[in-house]
Amino acid sequence: MTSLLENGASINGSTDDPVIVVLQLSGGNDYMNTVVPYNDPLYRDYRPTVNVGEDEVLTLDDQIGLHPTMGPIQEMYKEGNVAILHGVGYENSPRSHFRSMDIWHTCEPDTLGTEGWLGRVVRELDPSKENVVTAVSMGPALFRALVAPDVPVATVENIDSYGLLTDITPEEKLNRVLGRYKRMYSPAIGSGPVMDYLGQTGLDALKGAEILNVAPEQYSSTVEYQDSSIARKLKGIAQVHLAGLGSRVFYCDHGSFDTHADQLSTHHKLWSQVSQAIRDFFDDLEEHNAADNVVMFIFSEFGRRVYDNGSGTDHGAGGVCLAIGKGVKGGQYGQYPSTKANDLDQGDLVPDMDFRSVYTSLVEDWLGLDPVPIVGGTFEKPDFILK
Amino acid sequence: MTDQNLSLMAHLMRRAGFGASREELEHRIEVGYEDTVEELLTPEAQEQVDIYEFLRYYPLWWKPGTMGGLGQAPWVWRMINTKAPLQEKLCLFYHQLFATGVAKVDHYDEIEDMIDSFREKGLGNYKDVLMSVAQSPAMIYWLDNHENHAESVNENWGRELLELFTMGVGNYTETDVRECSRAFTGWTLKHKLPRFHMGRWDWEYEFRPDDHDYSEKTFLGHTGNFDGEEIIDIILAKPATAAFIARHLYSFFVADEPQVPAWSVTPPNDPEAVQFIADALMESDYHIGTVLRKVFNSDFFKESRFERVKNPTEVVIGTLRLVEDTNRPLPETMNWASQIAFMGQDLLNPPSVEGWHSGIEWINSGTLMKRTNFTAEMISDLSKPGVIKIIDRIKSSGSSPEDVVDACLDVMGPLDIPAESRKELLDHAMELGEIDWNDERPGQGGAAKATEILQLVVSLREYQFA
Repeated sequence: MTSLLENGASINGSTDDPVIVVLQLSGGNDYMNTVVPYNDPLYRDYRPTVNVGEDEVLTLDDQIGLHPTMGPIQEMYKEGNVAILHGVGYENSPRSHFRSMDIWHTCEPDTLGTEGWLGRVVRELDPSKENVVTAVSMGPALFRALVAPDVPVATVENIDSYGLLTDITPEEKLNRVLGRYKRMYSPAIGSGPVMDYLGQTGLDALKGAEILNVAPEQYSSTVEYQDSSIARKLKGIAQVHLAGLGSRVFYCDHGSFDTHADQLSTHHKLWSQVSQAIRDFFDDLEEHNAADNVVMFIFSEFGRRVYDNGSGTDHGAGGVCLAIGKGVKGGQYGQYPSTKANDLDQGDLVPDMDFRSVYTSLVEDWLGLDPVPIVGGTFEKPDFILK
Repeated sequence: MTDQNLSLMAHLMRRAGFGASREELEHRIEVGYEDTVEELLTPEAQEQVDIYEFLRYYPLWWKPGTMGGLGQAPWVWRMINTKAPLQEKLCLFYHQLFATGVAKVDHYDEIEDMIDSFREKGLGNYKDVLMSVAQSPAMIYWLDNHENHAESVNENWGRELLELFTMGVGNYTETDVRECSRAFTGWTLKHKLPRFHMGRWDWEYEFRPDDHDYSEKTFLGHTGNFDGEEIIDIILAKPATAAFIARHLYSFFVADEPQVPAWSVTPPNDPEAVQFIADALMESDYHIGTVLRKVFNSDFFKESRFERVKNPTEVVIGTLRLVEDTNRPLPETMNWASQIAFMGQDLLNPPSVEGWHSGIEWINSGTLMKRTNFTAEMISDLSKPGVIKIIDRIKSSGSSPEDVVDACLDVMGPLDIPAESRKELLDHAMELGEIDWNDERPGQGGAAKATEILQLVVSLREYQFA
């Protein structure tokens, strides 16, 4: 593929290349109260307490509806820009947050992987590491999905104050120190993977800050995001995307969706924040004619148990994913897993669509890359990307 | 030429504490290594931090409830000022292990109480720590044991007790999780009252016999009408538990290991050392003080210098103790807690019950930037008493670029760095020229040049290790 990242600068990078924004719902989002099988009589039997009222559901068709806070998503669904992917997961779901998240991040359900699938995507998109901001993670932590040897990822907590040794003044002294810093972190020094990683991370930090500093400076918009952490992260992503820096992979998360107790109010608050932030994000991109090449992918490490526990729901298996954007062929993919008692596995929905199938569509149909080495095999893919 | 006694004592204090000033190290060398270990293991012999002094300045810190960010300040204050650093270091160890967070508990006081119990019991038997965790209102709420009823079992606590706090994945079945959870039914908390409009209520552990499942359970091959304490006894009798706790201790005090979820499939980097710790646990009936004495006096510990990436608390507290920003309560105390959070370790608010991923996973371009920016700013602040002492030591060692670089490396560690890194520092010092210590101009005099070298030292890759 042609590289828009030549000459390192990439400030004038093309804004047409496909971009993916991953939003991780950390903690295990409850599938059944997000995409509600409201016409299934068993739903109310299983969920005497933790349910979405029949009169509150935002209906999509005569079987399925959305959580009442998801009005903005329902609108986008009606516009044909939301794909709902039913029953996503994998066999022998471990029901542990950490192990499940590792599996989603590494595509390794059987052994322990350390390399992230998006890290591999970034390596393919930018094999010679021309652009240290090909991948940008918003928030204090770097997600394992983005981790791969020699793949730089800019981890940005606050885009407005991003820089190295920014307290040193005057500028002449700062430049002298940063010049030395660059030499101290050069690949020639150090031995072993840990030192190499540290060296590369330091250099990436330096270069990433130089590039990203332009994003908030250039940004202006009439969209006013709500005050929530997910809104701030998506606004930061919009700023970087709109600056045309050649960033192709964005990552952020929101949570915690681990609603063992007091689920109704927690889930309500989280989904109103997420839904509104997504709406504002796409409105912002639309305002700048920069929405067409952005697909947002939303997942969680697992769905939650079919029976409620009187106050919340425990860890489950099969879950739901959403893909949103103009590049998406709106609609529903796969089947809602059977809720019949005999069809449940240890009280959980049995996933029917492997998560790597979904990744395959995103990697091959949206990003135009060979999915096999990235997702670790060949999987039948749901056809939710517009061609 | 690095003094081996100095280097070893600095190592001990980085691991069993939060580092130490050169004066403190010199004093401890006079006391001797083994006696210093004993001193660290007897915190009750030290003058306690006067937390009331702190609270006199900042009464809001008492029972902060849910006030954003306030909750960590008293603990951070203790870590900065303690004369019994191992005691606070162990609190951090247990907090990382029994990771419990205000994001859900929504009540700092209760998590602080949990930290207090680590301070009180941490050097004793692991069983006592486990029991107080199992009966900690913060933990009960965090892992939903208040929703674990005789008639409807909630497995959250039961699972994590096995998966994260004692045995690790692969040593129990799904049935064991269920049976374990049943044994903890009725272990709940009281005074879970709405906070409006009367404010916060303290939570207390409560056992409710009417909500406890007294019937027979089969757990890890044993059958009986077990309650939670008996379940804990069964767990602790298993060698797998000792091996798992040993690995936690090794990873925190000796050298970085892979992340916890990898342990069921990845053997320890030093299986003999981990086995040594596991044996010590079994032999001492899980007496943590006894085990740590053996660890700190072992060869594998003494040889493990700079084999751990500092966690953010070690970075911030270690820097503050070094620059001696410790004398009286200042509004910055809360800022110090935030700095630790910016580097990826929001104390009392871990990302999940698994705690923080540690080792090299502390480092990404964002956190490396924060670590570097914070330490470089502090070490160049000539208003800090510790910085003045550091500059005086550098001054006393000479004024040539070589003298200054070696003195900086010595006083900041001593650090043993590759020749290439030292050459960069030396080139930089030569670029700055011979230091004129009589030149006291702010920003460009002798001290300013020395702090510029110190800023580069703390920016080194090697400085990220403890």
